[in-house]
Amino acid sequence: MQSLSRNRSLPANGIRRDPAPSRWQYRMQRLWLTPLFRVVCRLGLPLTVVALIASGVLYSDARRAAIVQSFVDLRTKFEQRPEFRVGLLSVEGASRDLTDAVRAKLALKLPQSSFDLDMTELRARAEALDAVASAELRVRSGGVLQVILTERVPVVVWRGATGLQLLDATGHRVAGLSARADRADLPLVAGEGADAAMPEALAIFDTARPIAPRVRGLIRVGERRWDLVLDRDQSILLPSVNPVAAVERLLALNASDKLLERDILSIDLRNQDRPAIRLAPFAMNEVRRAQGLAPTTESGL
Amino acid sequence: MTDLYQSQRAMRNMRRAAMQRGVVAILDVGTSKIACLVLRFDGIEDDRDQDGVGPMAGQSSFRVIGAATTRSRGVRFGEIAVMNETERAIRTAVQAAQKMANVRVDHVIACFSGAEPRSYGLAGEWELQDSVVTEQDVARVLAACDVPDFGDGREILHAQPVNFALDHRSGLGDPRGQIGNRLACDLHMLSVDASVVQNLLYCIKRCDLELAGIASSAYVSGISSLVEDEQELGAACIDMGGGATGISIFMKKHMIYADSVRMGGDHVSSDISKGLQVPLVVAERIKTKHGGVHATGMDDREMIEMGGDSGDWEKDRRQISRTELIGIMRPRVEEILEEVRARLDAAGFDSLPSQQIVLTGGASQIPGLDGLASRILGQRVRMGRPLRVQGLPQAATGPAFSSAVGLCLFAAHPQDEWWDFDIPAERYPARSLKRAFRWFKDNW
Repeated sequence: MQSLSRNRSLPANGIRRDPAPSRWQYRMQRLWLTPLFRVVCRLGLPLTVVALIASGVLYSDARRAAIVQSFVDLRTKFEQRPEFRVGLLSVEGASRDLTDAVRAKLALKLPQSSFDLDMTELRARAEALDAVASAELRVRSGGVLQVILTERVPVVVWRGATGLQLLDATGHRVAGLSARADRADLPLVAGEGADAAMPEALAIFDTARPIAPRVRGLIRVGERRWDLVLDRDQSILLPSVNPVAAVERLLALNASDKLLERDILSIDLRNQDRPAIRLAPFAMNEVRRAQGLAPTTESGL
Repeated sequence: MTDLYQSQRAMRNMRRAAMQRGVVAILDVGTSKIACLVLRFDGIEDDRDQDGVGPMAGQSSFRVIGAATTRSRGVRFGEIAVMNETERAIRTAVQAAQKMANVRVDHVIACFSGAEPRSYGLAGEWELQDSVVTEQDVARVLAACDVPDFGDGREILHAQPVNFALDHRSGLGDPRGQIGNRLACDLHMLSVDASVVQNLLYCIKRCDLELAGIASSAYVSGISSLVEDEQELGAACIDMGGGATGISIFMKKHMIYADSVRMGGDHVSSDISKGLQVPLVVAERIKTKHGGVHATGMDDREMIEMGGDSGDWEKDRRQISRTELIGIMRPRVEEILEEVRARLDAAGFDSLPSQQIVLTGGASQIPGLDGLASRILGQRVRMGRPLRVQGLPQAATGPAFSSAVGLCLFAAHPQDEWWDFDIPAERYPARSLKRAFRWFKDNW
């Protein structure tokens, strides 16, 4: 007789009553529970595959070059966008001559991408000009490269070995000068190394303002001390240390005794304790005659 | 003998290695179910420096992290009958336990109930050369035990020194360092059928596992279900399994006798199956749902549907009363218990000071069994459940798991066995390097 219900010992849905893992299933589970195997599978295997693919792709030179090229192209394309293009150079804060000189010096080929501009180098190039104290470069919106210059202000004329030059307050060369008369408003300095001691020279000029109409200039002697030269070939030998105080002292002497108006060739202030005066030959003879001495024959000394 | 000594030592080393790695599996190969527990050892705690047993009885050192049970296949009377089926069942249990523990297990400690265990009590004596007992003297006295002829094809499963006596002082646990002239020892030896052990070994090897220890399930269920004072004063543990009923007698915390009756719960089921003409599965279900051993008037009125799918209405609609079921079950249960009684009598259980009997195992869950057992075995019968161990799932705390839990305790705190002691120096091969080394160690 046929059973009405399904045979329970072997169900038709295929699930056995005593399920057991197959040998391989069992082994695989045990393998998977091995810590080292898990690490290798989860980390080592993907890494190895990625490394293999990468090395396979990068094996050929042409493909490597193509990858590099594509990156370069991408970068170039980005840099060449109109947003980053600099089309105009504006130089401000300087005279027309200097502006032209700076333009010539920068020698920019515009338009150019702002990524290609080496601002540090451009700034160094602009500041290489003597007349430029400092330059400020910035790329403004609208593709303008703005250069804001600070000019050097000439304060003295230096008559050096190479000719006439204009110097600023720090002693830096500003420009050359063809004739002294072009800048008659500036005081004159001369001698080797005069530019190096420019602050001192300016202080001396400043102090000697009361006798400014008579001052012809300063001469640097032995790169060490100054001679203040007045008109009528009078020269005042200043000490190497603290010359400003010496000038003040001279002014005081001048105010009390009208020293500089006398017939004097030079005043030696180098030794602070013992200022020395050299009279002109005529005045010397007059002094000797007044003292009842024979006048000196030699006129120069 | 030396062969076994070597293999047991190898197992002990493997167990130590497993403890070092921290994970070991417990496999209880029973007739009705195969249980697998995965233990994690957090560190071997050194409890030698403290006296006695700590509050956790040394169980804090391990934790059950995986547990699985599957229906046993191919096992009869606690012995492997169909190798492939058993291997599949072991695989199922181990895989599920590993999955729960999420850790791979390589070492397994197994127990089985069958293989006709036989107990031998051995005694040995040794005259001490110098008056202090050394480890070598312990080894020599163990070696001096006269081993009975336990027959061909049998192997020693346990050989535990139970008692040491020095001159006339008996009951020494550890005689080392004591002073006397004559050392004597009692050894309890349990021999089992070698082929059963071989089969189990082969099965476990086929599952890519390594056997790190082997124990008799009667012994380990005694460890887990007898409480400490019962073990100390003397008690018998009756582990009623599916195909075999194990008997172990404990005294002074040592097993002094073990035996097994080749009958169990499966025989009750098969009796029901035969008596009621139902499939074994149905018989098993009826037994567990409605079974009992003590009929009352109420049971006459409680009718049990047997069901069936023969297509014959009369056959499929049969009903029996619970009294009838009890009438089938009781003779078999009585037979088992009487057989146990006979074994206990043969072992001389009557002469023990305390005659506590603890029933455990899956078949001990028949309602009313304790009443029946006390009528047959003696007054002091109680139902035993295994000790609670850390991390054991609720489902595995029943009496059916007492041998699995006992095996956990056995793994954590193995009893000193014969092979755990040194080999006496005389027994080494003549040109052994070890012997030279020992000579150096002793003399320098």
